[in-house]
Parts: sequence; C-alpha cells; structure tokens
Amino acid sequence: MSQPLVHVEGLKKYFPAGGFLKKVWVKAVDGISFDIYEGETLGLVGESGCGKTTTGRLILKLIKPTAGKVLFAGKDITKLRGKALKAFRREANIVFQDPYTSLDPRQTVFNIIMEPLKTHGIKVDDPEGFVTKLLYEVGLNETHLYRYPHEFSGGQRQRIAIARILALRPKFIVLDEPTSALDVSVQAQILNMLKDLQKKYGLTYLFISHNLGVVRYMSNRIAVMYLGKIVEIAPAKTLFENPLHPYTKALLASIPVPDPEAARAKPKIQVVGEPPSPINPPPGCRFAPRCPYAKDICHQKEPKLKEVEHNHFVACWLY
Amino acid sequence: MSGPVFREPIIEVKDLYVYFYTYAGIVKAIEDMSFTIYKGEKFCMVGETGCGKSVTSRALANIVPSPGRIVKGKVIYYRDGKPVNMVELSEKQLREIRGKEIAYIVQDPSSALDPLYTIGYQIVETMIDHNTVRDWKEGYKRAVELLREVLMPDPEKRIRNYPHELSGGQRQRAVISIGLSNMPRLLIADEPTSSLDVTVQAQLLELLRKLVREHGLTLFLITHDMGVVAEMCDRVAVLYAGNIVELAPVGEIFKNPKHPYTMGLLRAVPNPQADIEKLEPIPGTIPNLIFPPPGCRFHPRCPFARDVCKREKPPLVEVSPGHYVRCWLHAQ
Repeated sequence: MSQPLVHVEGLKKYFPAGGFLKKVWVKAVDGISFDIYEGETLGLVGESGCGKTTTGRLILKLIKPTAGKVLFAGKDITKLRGKALKAFRREANIVFQDPYTSLDPRQTVFNIIMEPLKTHGIKVDDPEGFVTKLLYEVGLNETHLYRYPHEFSGGQRQRIAIARILALRPKFIVLDEPTSALDVSVQAQILNMLKDLQKKYGLTYLFISHNLGVVRYMSNRIAVMYLGKIVEIAPAKTLFENPLHPYTKALLASIPVPDPEAARAKPKIQVVGEPPSPINPPPGCRFAPRCPYAKDICHQKEPKLKEVEHNHFVACWLY
Repeated sequence: MSGPVFREPIIEVKDLYVYFYTYAGIVKAIEDMSFTIYKGEKFCMVGETGCGKSVTSRALANIVPSPGRIVKGKVIYYRDGKPVNMVELSEKQLREIRGKEIAYIVQDPSSALDPLYTIGYQIVETMIDHNTVRDWKEGYKRAVELLREVLMPDPEKRIRNYPHELSGGQRQRAVISIGLSNMPRLLIADEPTSSLDVTVQAQLLELLRKLVREHGLTLFLITHDMGVVAEMCDRVAVLYAGNIVELAPVGEIFKNPKHPYTMGLLRAVPNPQADIEKLEPIPGTIPNLIFPPPGCRFHPRCPFARDVCKREKPPLVEVSPGHYVRCWLHAQ
C-alpha cells in the first residue's frame, strides 16, 4: 500500500425523483471522500439503498456525478472523454452482482471473453489458446470454450465474467456483490479465487457487499455507508473489534453469528426502525433519528469524517 | 449445550418423497425424508439453493406447487393430540387447517400481499375466512392489535395503507401479522428475513423468538444462513440435494458436526467475528436432481468418499442421543 490509486473527493450523485413545481432529488451519494491504495481491497458495506452500488458506478464513470472528483492514478476521470476514457475503461472494470444478466445469452464463452479485446483493438496471436489460458485462471477449462451461458451454474458464470475482465489486464476492479447470488459453498470458491488473482496480478479491488462476514474476509480496510454518507472507515480488524460509530455497532450486533454460544452471548444493540428515505434525509447526522446516543447537536449539524485514531475515521459527534 | 427438551410431536414426516414432473425429466426434489417437530420448539432446516427445504415446508401444509407432487409418504399433523395425515385430507379439510392452525410466511413479502387491498383488509380477511372474529369491525380492531404486537409503527394508520406504501420490513411485519391472526399452532417461516437488511432482520428474528416464547407457538424456520440457525433454533436439520444429511440439537451441529457436508458448510461461511486467512470451499457444485448421483448424493464433492459411498445410499443413523447422520463414515 503506497499511494492512492483511486482518490475520491466530495463525490455526489442526485437522481431526479419527479416533482412538478419543485424538483425532488434522491440523494443517493451525498458528498463522500476516500482513497483506495494500490494493491489493497477496500470493502464498502451498508444496507440496501445506502448508495454503495452508485458509488461503485461513479468511480468507473458508468454514471456522471452531480459534483465531486474521482482521480484515477492522478487523472480526474470525471473529465475524461474519447480515447482517454477508453484507455481508462481498459484499466478499471466491474463484476456485477447477477451473473445471469451480465452475460450475453447468445454468445459462446469464447466470444464473450474475446469481445473486450475486439473493442479495444487488441490482437492476440492464438485467440483460442489465449482464452483457454484465461479459463484455467478462473478454474474452468477448454471444454467450456464453445458453450453458452445457460449451460453454466451461477458460480461458473461469475467465473466467466471475471475471465472476461482479466482479458484486458486491468489494474482496478469494482466487485459489486459478486457472490450474493451464489450459495455459500460456491461463494467460498469465488472469494478465494478473487484473492488469488489479486495477489498474482497486483489488482486493486473495491469490494461492495452487504454481507459483513464476506467483507471482513476480503478487505484490508472497510468503509461503512449509511444513507449516502460514509460514517466510518477503518482497517478491517479494527472496525470489527473496535467499532466507533453507533451505526457500525448496531450493524455488527445485528449480524447473525454462526456460533450458537457466541450468538446468545453477544450484546443485543437493537436499532429501532428502518433507514429513512434518501429523498428527504434528516438534517444533521442521518443516523440521529435511530441512534440511541443522539444529542441535540446530532439533529442540527452534520458531523464530519474525523481521524480519531491512526487510520480510523468516523463521522459522529460523540468523537 | 442443552436446551429445553420437547416431547410432544406436532408434525411427523414419514418417508416423504416429492417429485417434480418437468419437461426435462423427473426432478427428485425430496427422497426418503423423515423427521419430527415437537410442540413449542424452534426447528430449523438449512441448506443451499435447490436442496428441497422450501418444498419440504410446502409439503407440510400440502401446498406443493405443480408440477410437483407428493409421491409417497405421510405428513402426520397432531390436531389437538389426534393424528391426521395432511397428504390424505380433502381440500376443504385442508383449508380449515391452513391459515388457522398452520400458518405460512414466505420469503418475499411483496408477492405475498395483494397490491389492490389495504393491509388491514388482508389481515381481517384471514380472520373472517376462519370465523375467528364476529365481523369486520372487530376484525380491524384485532388487526391493529396484531400490528402493534409485531412492532409496526403507527398501526392505526398502517391498516389503511396499501402494500406499496410500506417498506420491505413493514411488509414482512404485515405478512407475519396475517400469519398470526388466527393464533396458529405451527408457524412455517420460509426465509422470512433474507430479503431484508440486517438491522431489520435482527428486529424480526427477535420478534419471532418473542412470539414463540409468549404464545407457545412452534416455529419451523427455513434458512440458508448458518448465522440465523445459530441464533434462532433448538434443533436443526441440514439438507443436501433432497436428503436430510444431519439432524441434531443446534449446539451439536456447530460444535460436533459429523457429516462432511455440514463440516464443509461451516468452514465455507466467513465468520464476521474472526480473522480468517483462507476459507475452505466445498469443491464442485450442487448436483442435478433429475439425475442425482448414485449412492450418497454428496459423494462427488466429499473428501472422504469411499467405494461404498458411490454404490449405496447411507441410512440416517443416530450416533448420539438426538444426533442423526446420513453418512457411511458413521453407519457402522
């Protein structure tokens, strides 16, 4: 971990949500800043609707930000166009959650993996050998070359999607819930494979998930999101052993632990209610209405992300 | 860990076979399934996609969807102590039991609710159908109480809401109150929280525990999440490819798993409370149930597979009191 490969600053994305006389906005991502260092995995956790997928898409310029900057290897990608944008697309890529909709059902595996090479005008001497080698990287083999996506299981499809990305030798991959559609026995296979590939090719990952166990296993550092804001960032172990933000604490206390004794012994911090709508987020701290420790200031002023220990950032008035 | 001991059975499944007659062939979804659920306990069934856990839960209320059919076996329901076989009852008799004595909560609350009716209407409808309330007015009063019990915010207002006006967690609370409206004896919950966020899941699981504690309900919970199993149940059955491979008190399963599949499953789940260097995945994938592997269905993925495993199906044997395993390693 040397220098940041991705630097995000004040990133915002508002989606219009109807409204006739006065426009209404869904503040999906509302001013977040963080760095992703070369070779690390940054985990991004949060509940549905907190903006984690939107963040992943913004970083890859799949959608345009409302405000803010994303620097990739020092260049602001929000301003990239034409050739420069295409070059960026070669270096940064995404694995989607649903392996059933992210592969073209009418193309063979060979065509699916060759397509990005054609798009980028890259020539290889022995396409078949090239694709076969990639298939071996992801635990498939040459017998799969000319089959169609429907002949594969969910886990195998996710492997194909990963092989397709590896074809371009990227530096940075956004993994958007890559295993949440898979069964646990298969999930472990894919997670281990992603870790091995990262080591082998020096990849940098942004790992998006709602599953805290998976995020802990995969990440060096973890950012916790709540309603469009990052509330805490810390090294994985620190976050789990010493969570500071009340939301992180509640989240950790809510995960079912696969150990009956620990499960019955762990503290039960139950938060009440559900996340409010991101259309009219509460003023001040967004977690304040559900927070057991909320004070007056929490309802009025928004807390800023502050480094309270080395490498441990939290946005909360308690600190 | 020893929990309370339950003796009086409420459901006994004996030698159940459920097949699905599809164009591609006969899917042998459940074979040779036997287990008993006792009154007042929290019984879990855990397994991966397609292992037959949802089909089993449906077979209990005799609502296996077409093209599926119960081909063989009995589901004995102890109705006030008197055994009745759910498989042989007429549709009319079944309707009296379903929704009243045995209630069912499905995974996806959005598809379980009718979008054209208010949730108040849908809760009262169930009670009117089973004559547990005198009229709609009394029904609505009861509906408000039920919603309050499942911790729905503003129940008086919520009964006038349509499903689309509620959040996912609120919808699931509404579905749970429909299930509870007639004070069922057995509540079947098929992945009741897997479409919800963890903080909401924690609230609902606590609610289910409270209902079991306070109303003497029996809970049959289906899940794929070993964490939910650990938090919720007294006894657990592990399913693999349509067979129960292991059945034991929850503490035994986690501390002393006997079947290679259970062991693998426990090692493959990343535990959020521990630093793990490397997960140990189970190699291969779930078999196709049209042509299930001969012998033990887990043998192609099993690190301990021997010749006998490929030829003959192991029986479910009791290795210690209450702990059953279907594996040749423990059969002799």
